[in-house]
Amino acid sequence: MADLIKLTTPLDDAAVAQLKAGDQVSISGVLYTARDVAHKRLVDTLDAGKPLPFDMTGQVIYYVGPSPAKPGQVIGSAGPTTSYRMDLYAERLMEVGMKGMIGKGMRDKKVVDAMKKHKCVYFAAIGGAAALIARSIKAAEVIAYDDLGPEAVRRLVVEDFRAVVINDVNGNDLYEIGKAQYRKAK
Amino acid sequence: MRTIHADIIAKAVKEMVIKANTDLGADVVAAFEKGLKDEASPVGQAVFKTLIKNAEIAATEQAPICQDTGMAVFFVELGQDVHIEGALLQEAIDEGVRQGYAEGYLRKSICDPFTRVNTKDNTPSVVLVEMVKGDKLKITAAPKGGGSENMSRLTMLAPSAGKKGIVDFVVKRCEEAGSNPCPPVIVGVGIGGSAEKCMTNAKKALLRKIGAPNPDKELAELEAEMLEKINALGMGPQGLGGLVYAMAVHIEKHPCHIASLPVAVNICCHASRHKEATL
Ligand code: SF4
Repeated sequence: MADLIKLTTPLDDAAVAQLKAGDQVSISGVLYTARDVAHKRLVDTLDAGKPLPFDMTGQVIYYVGPSPAKPGQVIGSAGPTTSYRMDLYAERLMEVGMKGMIGKGMRDKKVVDAMKKHKCVYFAAIGGAAALIARSIKAAEVIAYDDLGPEAVRRLVVEDFRAVVINDVNGNDLYEIGKAQYRKAK
Repeated sequence: MRTIHADIIAKAVKEMVIKANTDLGADVVAAFEKGLKDEASPVGQAVFKTLIKNAEIAATEQAPICQDTGMAVFFVELGQDVHIEGALLQEAIDEGVRQGYAEGYLRKSICDPFTRVNTKDNTPSVVLVEMVKGDKLKITAAPKGGGSENMSRLTMLAPSAGKKGIVDFVVKRCEEAGSNPCPPVIVGVGIGGSAEKCMTNAKKALLRKIGAPNPDKELAELEAEMLEKINALGMGPQGLGGLVYAMAVHIEKHPCHIASLPVAVNICCHASRHKEATL
């Protein structure tokens, strides 16, 4: 397998542009969590001309709704959720500076095109490996939409968070590449 | 007539949902080991290794295998000679879910379909009851995550579509589902019945232990054919490319109307969580 690329968030255009579909990455720094309803609220906030609960510049959004932390734990199990449900909102967040998204599953062509335009990458973490992934999360704090429970926006501090680049800024797609390589069906 | 108190049912359900969500069945872990051997892609092999490690951590720490601890679905076999006292069966099971999801630190994922407001205790659960002979109550907990459940589909084929039509539909559904349902998956297939019976059977098919052969030879052959065709698509673990997208295909068949050939697909992610108790 390819070498591990170390990334520290927030990301800038240069850090994003060097990544290629298939690259294995280790991310350290801050990630913000958001999923279905939180995305709707973030975009509604922008549409209303109000400020977001955090500065989006260079940020990486992790699509996750963790299970509750037990006493003494930072967070419960915390693997990625399926990304296509956020497709509708992704470009709007890229427009205000989002540089990365972490989830699982294919993105719409519109999102892939927007990633080229705005220099943003899409990473996948291993869906369902949630107890293991939680070990790379060192701090977690709800910063907005507390009423949403697991769907609230959290600020996570991660160390050596493993992911793989699915879509890079050149429009490549690891799901397509991987499938073509092993396909036996006509 | 044997009487079972609702409190006993609630307690059993509480224990089952915690156990199901933290302790992956031996058959699933064995399927990971087999997948690791069968997989040619290095990335795919790494996925299997990660899943084995994740299952170990979850079991040791009593942590949820996956953060999505699912909608709580129960298959119940209720003996005709059982009398349930103290509450309705649905209420007893919901009470167990309420307690188990709180005490087990499991995620509460159930909300109103319109307002999206969370019910905060993971109820109501889905209880599918079948009446059977005897005075026992068998409950199987099958919590199901949203990611894989969203990939479910039902089609009502024309009878002329035959076996080929069935295979084509199932393979195509898996190709469309791609990386979304967290492969390596188990593909549950319902064939025949009415629309709702077919869908229920697709999910019920997932209760069979992975690798346990279908006792019906014709269905066993059909399962093997589908498995080969699905894996030939090359999607592999997590959809990253490889030979093992599906670890198994399980079919449940039921007679259907002369005008119909219903086929349902219910994909289960690798977090295939099932626990049962007989009271
Ligand atoms: S599909 Fe299964 S493994 Fe994947 S996130 Fe959902 S519950 Fe977890």
